[in-house]
Amino acid sequence: MSTRSTLRLVLRRLVQMAPVVVLATFVVFALVQLIPGDIAITLAGEGVSEQRIAEIRRLYGLDRPFLLQYAHWLGDAVQGNLSVSLLSGEAVVESISRRLPNTLLIVSLALLISMVVGIPLGIAASVRPGSRLDGFVSVLGSLGIALPGFWLAMLLVAVFAMKLNWFPATGAKSLTEAPLSALHYATLPAIALAASGIAEVARQSRSALLEVMSSQYVRTLHAKGLPQRLVFWKHGLKNVSVTLLTVFGLLVNRMLGATVVIEAVFAIPGMGSLIVNAATGKDYPVVQGVMLTMVVIVIGLNLLIDILYTLFDPRVDAR
Amino acid sequence: MTHEATSSPTMLATGRPSDPKMPPPRRFALLRLVVRNTGASMALAYLLVLLALALAAPWIAPHSPTVQDPAAVLAPMSAEHWLGTDDLGRDVFSRLIHGAPLTLAASFLAVGVATVIGLPLGLLAGFLGGWFDEAISRVIDTLLSFPAIVLAIGVTGALGVGLTNSMIAVGLVFAPTLARLVRGQTLIVRRELYVDAARCFGAGRTRLILRHILPNAVQPVIVQMTLLLAAALLAEASLSFLGLGVQPPQPSWGAMLARAYQYMEIAPEQMYAPGIAILLTALAFNTLGEALRVALDPTLRHR
Repeated sequence: MSTRSTLRLVLRRLVQMAPVVVLATFVVFALVQLIPGDIAITLAGEGVSEQRIAEIRRLYGLDRPFLLQYAHWLGDAVQGNLSVSLLSGEAVVESISRRLPNTLLIVSLALLISMVVGIPLGIAASVRPGSRLDGFVSVLGSLGIALPGFWLAMLLVAVFAMKLNWFPATGAKSLTEAPLSALHYATLPAIALAASGIAEVARQSRSALLEVMSSQYVRTLHAKGLPQRLVFWKHGLKNVSVTLLTVFGLLVNRMLGATVVIEAVFAIPGMGSLIVNAATGKDYPVVQGVMLTMVVIVIGLNLLIDILYTLFDPRVDAR
Repeated sequence: MTHEATSSPTMLATGRPSDPKMPPPRRFALLRLVVRNTGASMALAYLLVLLALALAAPWIAPHSPTVQDPAAVLAPMSAEHWLGTDDLGRDVFSRLIHGAPLTLAASFLAVGVATVIGLPLGLLAGFLGGWFDEAISRVIDTLLSFPAIVLAIGVTGALGVGLTNSMIAVGLVFAPTLARLVRGQTLIVRRELYVDAARCFGAGRTRLILRHILPNAVQPVIVQMTLLLAAALLAEASLSFLGLGVQPPQPSWGAMLARAYQYMEIAPEQMYAPGIAILLTALAFNTLGEALRVALDPTLRHR
């Protein structure tokens, strides 16, 4: 594919993505409209003067029409201004940029573990479908999907942190300041997060491999005398990579959600504790900021995956 | 359960084409197919027992779920307290049993909300097409871009903390999944010959949708709803664990885990029972859903 058509493809995807991004910001903003009653009073808290409520109304532009409020908020957000926390008074962008690295470290590590463990399991299971190993992987898959991640996290803490003392039970360290220590702290949370990921990756790569290996062209490859090993490793796995790309996008979305609960178990100062405390304390600017950050990450990564798709797999229509 | 039942008026009314190669559907045929699978029949049995326990909770639980016994705090398992007591001296077994109706009702509420919103929107989008479909599809794409728990937390934060609100939030978050599925099914079914035939006989839009499209698009939806019950159960546990769902002293399984977490260093065994209950129930819903998928899809049946 030439550079020019690649560029055209990227531009086309960006244009297609635009309405989803705009809608997502609208959802985040409109969330505040779900609050029952007068938002200004809710924001101000109980027992404040009329004057303070009026002040809040002006401060948040609540006296203006809804769409104008939205336009204003969006304009600020694009310039990197997400208002200030109602509880701490800190700029929301500040709190997020301080906490996002902790969350991203766990999620990236969990994604890595899911792929590194899940793919070999899926391959092993697909080699002899119906075998004991296949059955084992299938049971593991069902368990991984039904297991509450935060419960697994608690079990891990009980065994590996409290009993064996191999890993710290709570907290996080900065990857830039103390990389090894940061990984040490992130290991247990990442494992807890990866359990469902491993299950998903193993399941999907197994079924994708089985499908490819029973396809017409693989039969042709066999017929022309290509050895089984070459068929499997060269042609089978190549086709599975496309499926894995899809699963990867799915997992990023799911893990950014699941990490919220896992972070609570390990008392990690990440995006999770930020949004949970904000939601309980009715700190809406912070809730909106975290939601916006997460949805932008998900949409951005999916855009990237979409583009990679078309580059990997010429069968995918570039339209 | 004879073969005559196949040509009953209801079969004709739903317009299902009769394929001579397919074995004729029978009453309870679905149930039979599901039960033929050992795992699925175990899952079904487990869920029925759980439902019975949940309904009979006030009568069978040996103790009150909320009465505190300061003399027996964090007691180990005993004949008096089968699963021990929690940090306030409340009987864990009784709380577990009383938590069952709460936890199950929460899951059903969330899936109910998701169905009430997602089903009609998906049907209309698929049936009407055009700008309406375009708009609904973009909204679905957008909502599915949010990590589910994060969106649920955001909505719960706005609606106010509590079990009902948090489950409505989870329902809202699940609705796009169902809507997308129903839309896809509707797109397939509305091109079927029998829908054209009904239209030629003068059936209106409402009748077409309700009598001809919905019944034939509904099977994958039932599968998805079963799977969503498991997802809702896990979401309830997560949100209650975070303190956004059920409020004390009510005993949902997630809330029990939240308490167990606080006393983990002294009494790690507190976390076993509620966690196992959540795991088994989610596993049962998932197993049942997968079995239904296989039973309803003739191409998978004989694998």
